[in-house]
Amino acid sequence: MASAKEIRGQIKATQNTSKITKAMEMVAASKMRKAQDSVGKSRAYSDGIKTVISNLMQSHPEYKHTFLIPREEVKNVAYIIVSSDKGLCGGLNTNVLKAALTSMKDVKKTAEVEVLNIGRRAGLFMRRFAKIAGSVEEINDQPELAEILGVVNMAVEKFIKGEYDEVRLVYNTFVNTMTQQPTEVCLLPCAMPEDTAETRTGYWDYLYEPDSKVVLDGLMRRYVETLVYHAVLENKACEQSARMVAMKSATDNAKEIISDLQITYNKARQAAITQELAEICAGAAAA
Amino acid sequence: MSTMEILVATAEREVYSGVATMLVAPGAAGELGILPKHSPLLASLVPGELRITNGDHIDEVFISGGFIEVQPNKVTVLADTAERAADMDEAEIVAAQRRAEEMVESHKGDTDMAMAEAELAMLTARLRMLRKHKK
Repeated sequence: MASAKEIRGQIKATQNTSKITKAMEMVAASKMRKAQDSVGKSRAYSDGIKTVISNLMQSHPEYKHTFLIPREEVKNVAYIIVSSDKGLCGGLNTNVLKAALTSMKDVKKTAEVEVLNIGRRAGLFMRRFAKIAGSVEEINDQPELAEILGVVNMAVEKFIKGEYDEVRLVYNTFVNTMTQQPTEVCLLPCAMPEDTAETRTGYWDYLYEPDSKVVLDGLMRRYVETLVYHAVLENKACEQSARMVAMKSATDNAKEIISDLQITYNKARQAAITQELAEICAGAAAA
Repeated sequence: MSTMEILVATAEREVYSGVATMLVAPGAAGELGILPKHSPLLASLVPGELRITNGDHIDEVFISGGFIEVQPNKVTVLADTAERAADMDEAEIVAAQRRAEEMVESHKGDTDMAMAEAELAMLTARLRMLRKHKK
C-alpha cells in the first residue's frame, strides 16, 4: 500500500486540477452566453437577405444565377470544415470531423476532394486525408465576418472559375447545451432559402439600381458569406457549451477521485498507527 | 404623417431599428431619397451616410456599402459595416486616413492600389459625415 504521504500528494494534485477545470467551466459558461447572443444578433441580417433573395426568385423565376445551377459532372469538391481552435471540449471536433470524413469517403469515389478549414483542429486532422487548400485559424470569441472572408471568397472564386464543382460546409449546430449536431450543407450550388416571404398579393417586382443582375450577383455572394459566418458563430456557441459540459464532468470526476483517495489515505494512516502500536507492544513484551 | 419601419443591419448585429418619415441613402448611382409608400426597390449602396429623419429628429449612420431593400412601409438596409455617427472617433479616422493615403502613395500602379483607394474613399466619406454631424 502506498504511504500516507504519497496519497496526500495525490489528493493535493487532484484538488489543484479540479480548481482549474472548475474555473474553465465557469469561463466557458459565460462565453457560451455571449456566443449565443451573437448568433441571435446576426439573425436580423440573414433573415433580411433571405427574404430579399426569395422575393427576387419569385419575380425572376427564369433567371438562374451561377450559384444555383447544379453542375452535371462533379469532379472537384471542396469541403469547408468548421472546428474549434482549442481542444478540451469533449467530442465536439471528433464528431464533426468524423461526419466530414464519412461524407468524403463517398465523394472520393467519383471526385477529387480539397479541404478549407476554419479552426485549427480541422486543419491538423484533415491534412492526413486531403489537400488543405486554405485555412483560417485563431478566430476571435466574437468572430467578425471579415475574419472568414478570405476562405469564403477563395471557394467562391474557384467555383465560378470551374475549379470546384461543389462546395460543402460541415459544422456543428447548436441543439441545446448538452447536444451539438454535426451538420453538412451544400453551400454551392446553394439550396434556395425556404420561402420566408409573406404570401404575395399579385405580381410585383423591385425597381433595380443599377440593374437586376449586378444587384443579384452581389446579394448571392453576401448570402453565401452569411451562411458560412452563421456556421462559424453557431460552432462557437457549440464549442463553449461542449467545453462547459466537459469541464463540469472533469470537475465531478476529480471530486470522486479525491473522495476515493481520502478513504485510502485514512486506511493507510490507520494501518501505520496499528503497526506502530504492535511494534511497541512487541518491544515491551520482549523486554 | 405616415411613417415607415427602418432596419439597418450588418452581418454581426443590428445597428439601427426604428420608424422614420424619410430616409436618404447613398445609392450606387446617386443619393436615394425614400419616403413612406415608396414602390419596391432594390439597390446597391456605396460608402456614405444614411440619414434617417423622424419628424425633427435626424439620425446618421455611416455605412461602407451594402444593399437597400425598400417596401412600401419597411426599409431594410443590409450594410457591410455600419456605425452610428455618435459612436465615431474623429482622431482615429484621421489617423486611418493618413495611413491609407500613404499606402496609395507607396503602391502606385500596384495591384493593391484599388483596395487602398477604396479604403481612402471610405475614410474620407466617414470623416465628412462626422464633421458635418459635429457642427
